[in-house]
Amino acid sequence: MIDLSMLEWARAQFAMTAIFHFFFVPFTLGMSFIVAFFETIYVKTGKKEWKEITQFWQLIFGINFAIGLSTGIIHEFEFGTNWSTYSWVVGDLFGAPLAVEGIVAFFMEATFAAIAFFGWKRVSPKVHLAASWLLAIGSNLSALWILIANGFMQHPSTDFGTFNIDTARLEMTNFFALITQPVAQVKFLHTISASYTLAALFVLGISSLYLLRGKHVDFAKKSATVAAAFGLIASIFTAVIGDEHAYEVANTQPTKIASAEGLIVGERGAPIVAIGIPKDLDPTKVTSNDEAFVFKIELPKMLSLLGKRDPNAFVPGLKDLVEGNPEYGIWPFKKLHDEGAKAIEALKSYHVAKANGNTAGMEKAKEEFYKVVADVDGVKVTRADLIGYGYLTNAKDLYPPVSPMFYSFHIMVALGFWFILLFALAYASIIKGAFENNKLVQKLAVISVPLPWIATSFGWMTAEVGRQPWTVFGILPTVHSVTPIALTNIQATFFMFLTAFVILGIAELKILFTVVKHGPKGAH
Amino acid sequence: MSWAPFTTDATHFYLQVYWWIIIAVLGGLFLFMTFVQGGQTLFHVAKTEKEQQGILNSLGRKWELTFTTLVLFGGALYAAFPLFYSVSFGGAYWVWMLILFAFVLQAVSYEYMNRKGNLIGSGAYKFFLYFNGIVGVVLFGAAIGTFFTGSNFTFDSATKILEWGTAKDGINLRGLEAAIDFTHGAWFNLAMGILVFAVARILGALWLINDLDDNDFADVINRLRAIIRRCFIVLLVALVVVLYGLVTLKGYAYDIHTGKVTLEPGKYLHNLLAFGAAQLIVFLLGVVLFVIGVLQSGFKNSKKGIWATGLGTVLIGIIVFTLAGLNGTAYYPSYADLQSSLTIQNSSGSKYTLAVMAWISVSVPFVLAYIVYVWYQMKKAGPITKAELEDPESHAY
Repeated sequence: MIDLSMLEWARAQFAMTAIFHFFFVPFTLGMSFIVAFFETIYVKTGKKEWKEITQFWQLIFGINFAIGLSTGIIHEFEFGTNWSTYSWVVGDLFGAPLAVEGIVAFFMEATFAAIAFFGWKRVSPKVHLAASWLLAIGSNLSALWILIANGFMQHPSTDFGTFNIDTARLEMTNFFALITQPVAQVKFLHTISASYTLAALFVLGISSLYLLRGKHVDFAKKSATVAAAFGLIASIFTAVIGDEHAYEVANTQPTKIASAEGLIVGERGAPIVAIGIPKDLDPTKVTSNDEAFVFKIELPKMLSLLGKRDPNAFVPGLKDLVEGNPEYGIWPFKKLHDEGAKAIEALKSYHVAKANGNTAGMEKAKEEFYKVVADVDGVKVTRADLIGYGYLTNAKDLYPPVSPMFYSFHIMVALGFWFILLFALAYASIIKGAFENNKLVQKLAVISVPLPWIATSFGWMTAEVGRQPWTVFGILPTVHSVTPIALTNIQATFFMFLTAFVILGIAELKILFTVVKHGPKGAH
Repeated sequence: MSWAPFTTDATHFYLQVYWWIIIAVLGGLFLFMTFVQGGQTLFHVAKTEKEQQGILNSLGRKWELTFTTLVLFGGALYAAFPLFYSVSFGGAYWVWMLILFAFVLQAVSYEYMNRKGNLIGSGAYKFFLYFNGIVGVVLFGAAIGTFFTGSNFTFDSATKILEWGTAKDGINLRGLEAAIDFTHGAWFNLAMGILVFAVARILGALWLINDLDDNDFADVINRLRAIIRRCFIVLLVALVVVLYGLVTLKGYAYDIHTGKVTLEPGKYLHNLLAFGAAQLIVFLLGVVLFVIGVLQSGFKNSKKGIWATGLGTVLIGIIVFTLAGLNGTAYYPSYADLQSSLTIQNSSGSKYTLAVMAWISVSVPFVLAYIVYVWYQMKKAGPITKAELEDPESHAY
């Protein structure tokens, strides 16, 4: 029997590592390209001031790089330490992208980082520039493989994996389908473009700070120009691909999108609640969406349009997903659970028969296990595909909590639009040659520097809290993924790492502020 | 012909062997790369700020590669042998958590140590580097020791749900018992930990001798040569204990067709002589290279000892892992329940996954080639000088 408090601590520890890790990752992803842009201009023009700009931003990049890399290794190994059952059951599908990441991305990143940081006087300018670009590409390739692994957790399609009754594991059947899965691709593009936005806003904000103080003016103007252009493109792309991402989620993880939108009762022409305060109610006791909010401002038909590409399409709410909706072919939780329970029973029978050498019993159990129970648009759904539902005992376990989902998703989206507006204002001002004196936009940029970190953290909360109660959506519940271990062990390591993260995080910020305060002249 | 659990056919078996060899190569490379950790325990050799900065910058340009090798080692184990990832990381929880902790502290220390505003002072970061160099390496060595002495776990054969600490005569400290439970081979694990630490320290000293300028760091280099000689004595003592263990310990043998695990006296010696004694030859070649490097830079004035000793370490490391996992040997044995022991067959990924990953592994030589190219590019400008450390463009730590 799993100790639930132990499960919550294991989740908390993992979430803490993920959040701390992701403070630094997007900065690395975006900053590596910005530094490469600056250096390209330097190599093309040969002007010394561009070299100074490159080296200053590279120094800031370097301060973040080490801590991002080091927290990544904890994350990788915590899959084993905290989620040992998960690691065994899905190791083929999840471990493979991690191994490929190591081979094709991490080494590229680490190897060329050495030239980029320490090779200014040791290699030619062109070799150095190539190293800076390869460092940026390596960092971003690393994100690609991680998000392929994460995409599998979000939508474990039968296109690339199947449940093997013999090994009781989910195994890979098509590597190409795994790496080209649409969920992972849009997730990757959304993540990296958000990361570029974050880094660009940091550069714009710090440059604005210098302009407001009348310091390093030429440096700041040049930096801001590149950052505003890059940030505008990145922020618009983040929104566009974010829409595509939401579309994928709406069609693969209906409980996630329903929770994030606070949609309890499914409807045709479903609206988006732009602003609202949701109530956390039992969906089975709600008869109308109006009951589910303290107040709300809606955009009519937008959820149907964005989620289904049809303003009049039906979008299921949590009530439909729990109670079922025959009109739209949605099964109730009970039916999903019953079929999943039959799959678990068949799996057990198979292994008992196997242990006894009962070939006929094995065949019978196998037939039951892989029995096709539904046909959704030509895709055959077997009991094996529903095995995870057999482990859920309560309908309330089927969906993630509404309030945290609603707020995190909506804050992320609102901030995303704010970034587009801010970059548009800054870019327009720069084009007109008025940015140096546009104190309002400069102040807005400075104030906005922390906001992308909030947006990206909420984005990940939406993705990962929204995946609950599963580690692998629909297949493996979180409660059955955890390492069986005494609670005190996790508590002890939780505080051990928390202490380290707090100290190192504060040190990182303090060093960063010191470097920024000092400015680009002789920053090293 | 039937196969041990989860091995579907001969091709699957050969893929499992192939992947264990890849793991062994990565393990060997990681052992070589621990010269960074070994070097981190040598800051006290420096008597001036500038000498210390020289050591910091020499190692600081390589720590990421050690880190990346460890990440790849973990990733490859995850993909190829997921049950090991599950059992060892989830089971020997404290060992891995402490290793991770040591590595997190290390990574930031290079960047933060000499920066203004680093909050806790440069001494704290230097302590972190020592902590990583000693605790991280000794624990890693002890963890390798358990590949031969076994661990305290069982699991359900169908669900593979892990139970740690089930041996009636064992101690359960979630992995840390490997260092204190002498009835289950703690002496061997500790000797392996000390051996790996001594190797890392010798490699670290050899690396610094190679990478620091002879004139600018002449005093440090002389002291490093003395360190190599002293560490070599520690290494010899630890090596004798480890070799005694390998010859006398009962090994965890298994039948590759039925999967049944049994204890076999002299198993690891038999493994050394298996495959036409190829492993013995490679092992001896590794030892000879290792000693040549030590003689070159520890006892003579050459700067090149790191290359022979480094290559020797890789070869010895490969053999340590192949001894543990090939020739019908359970590489992660359980002394609580022999039949719960992990073999390359019962813990591996599917045939399809291993095949796909085998194709991807073809890119490894290409990766190694560009790493060598980058090292060459960085090295050809000469060793690290004091003038370079004072240059604001050198990104000196």
